[in-house]
Amino acid sequence: MKGKKSEAFWAGRVIEGILLLDALLAIVVIFLIGLLILIEAWPAFRKIGFVPFLLGKEWRPGKELYGLLPMIVGSILVTLGAVTLGVPIGVALATFLAEVAPPWVQKVVRPAIELLAGIPSVVYGLFGLAVLVPLVRQIPVPGNSGFGLLSASVVLAVMILPTVANISEDAIRSVAREYREGSLALGATHWQTIIGVVLPAARSGIVAAVILGIGRALGETMAMIMVIGNSVIIPKPLNSNPLTIFLSQARTLTGNIAVEISYATGLHENALFATGVVLFILIMLVNSMAHLAMRRRS
Amino acid sequence: MGQIKLEMVHYSLYYGNFCALRDISIQIPARQVTAIIGPSGCGKSSFLRTFNRMNDLISNARVEGRVFLDGQDIWEMDVVELRRRVGMVFQKPNPFPKSIFDNVAYGPRAHGLRDRSRLEEIVEQSLRRAALWDEVKDDLNKSALTLSGGQQQRLCIARALAVEPEVILMDEPASALDPIATLRIEALIRELRENYTIVIVTHNMQQAARVSDYTAFFFTDESRTGMLIEYGETKQIFTSPRDRRTEDYITGRFG
Repeated sequence: MKGKKSEAFWAGRVIEGILLLDALLAIVVIFLIGLLILIEAWPAFRKIGFVPFLLGKEWRPGKELYGLLPMIVGSILVTLGAVTLGVPIGVALATFLAEVAPPWVQKVVRPAIELLAGIPSVVYGLFGLAVLVPLVRQIPVPGNSGFGLLSASVVLAVMILPTVANISEDAIRSVAREYREGSLALGATHWQTIIGVVLPAARSGIVAAVILGIGRALGETMAMIMVIGNSVIIPKPLNSNPLTIFLSQARTLTGNIAVEISYATGLHENALFATGVVLFILIMLVNSMAHLAMRRRS
Repeated sequence: MGQIKLEMVHYSLYYGNFCALRDISIQIPARQVTAIIGPSGCGKSSFLRTFNRMNDLISNARVEGRVFLDGQDIWEMDVVELRRRVGMVFQKPNPFPKSIFDNVAYGPRAHGLRDRSRLEEIVEQSLRRAALWDEVKDDLNKSALTLSGGQQQRLCIARALAVEPEVILMDEPASALDPIATLRIEALIRELRENYTIVIVTHNMQQAARVSDYTAFFFTDESRTGMLIEYGETKQIFTSPRDRRTEDYITGRFG
């Protein structure tokens, strides 16, 4: 029997091998996706040029004009709107769950937030279409159709809420007990302790939550198409009040691809793949920022 | 014994069904150092954390008996006011992840002080009293976490002093420090005794003998319930203990 391995040993080796293959597969898939998009996009970058493609203000496939700036601005503005609305609510919700809520409230609210994360994005779009757009249309500003950045920002704010709230709550919960006790022992109240010590100590985790929320917001497609109006324009205020910029219609990077890909051919198709490359890079940047923020936390 | 600062009358503490401290009566004198000694798990920390009601944070904690600060029942006082008057220094230095200045100014700010020059005065005075001023006066804006362990603990003492407490509770304040830092803390305790009532929990009997005027010996039976066995002047406790268990403990026969 000397030197002979048992059957169980070989079974273990086979399972290890399969798992390793799985892990490699994930890497290969992500690499191939990136590569294929890049290959399809390459003619667009070559014929249009990087700078005119990224900074061009006109996107008119019929006239062979491919400037991505309106969509870049649209994506950034709607994300900004969603973060402005969603992050304070998300962090407040996380603080409430981690610090204030009695256990039975947590047992009700936490699954509700998780459910929010599970709703398909097209359903959010329907909600926006049926409820938010008519509501926003009530705002009496000439040129306001209801479709636009405001409706989209609100929908998106609700969609990033679970991400922001869950990760922030973890960060708040992991603040060392010593900090809380130190603050309370000085005669600070519970709220002073939360605002003065707990939230600052959880800051890097909350920042990571916000960045992941941004990544989620940048990638959202279906709900955006349904409520943002999809006009290829650089959003501008509708009257002298700069805030009316959010009543303007817009188009996101994701929406640009989804709306046009079904009929695009030739250079137009390449330009849509190039839009995908820009989105890919943007989201990779945002995700690595999140990883950096998380690492600083530990 | 002089003026009584803190007093417990038939005090018992329960965590759920578990009795952590049973029937403790003790009078702690003003402007003296009182050391609490005893083996691990005999309820020394629970005892200490009663005086600023930190045990209230534990949801299933329940008490019997009464505890007084200057003759006033602490459960009839506003807890914020109680904790302003009864400060605490923890076993592990726990400065906030903020600047040195903001750490010391934290308490006064929490109590509503906004005036910058007054805050600066308090910070300097507190750091001087905690014997840390000369080491940090040029980097008050540096993060408190860059300080050494001993400096961090003196910062925590300064932070406690900044709200001008009358009592300072110390929960093994030197157990995480090296011998030199420990000696500095002990010298500081002797100085602070002039103006403050100090109650210090310690594992280290030499430390209790060095710094304290009075010593209380806690012990536990098989049920792990803490009891006060003997209390008196430190000299008497260490030279002629009345209880056999006290003698066994201080001569190192167990614990």
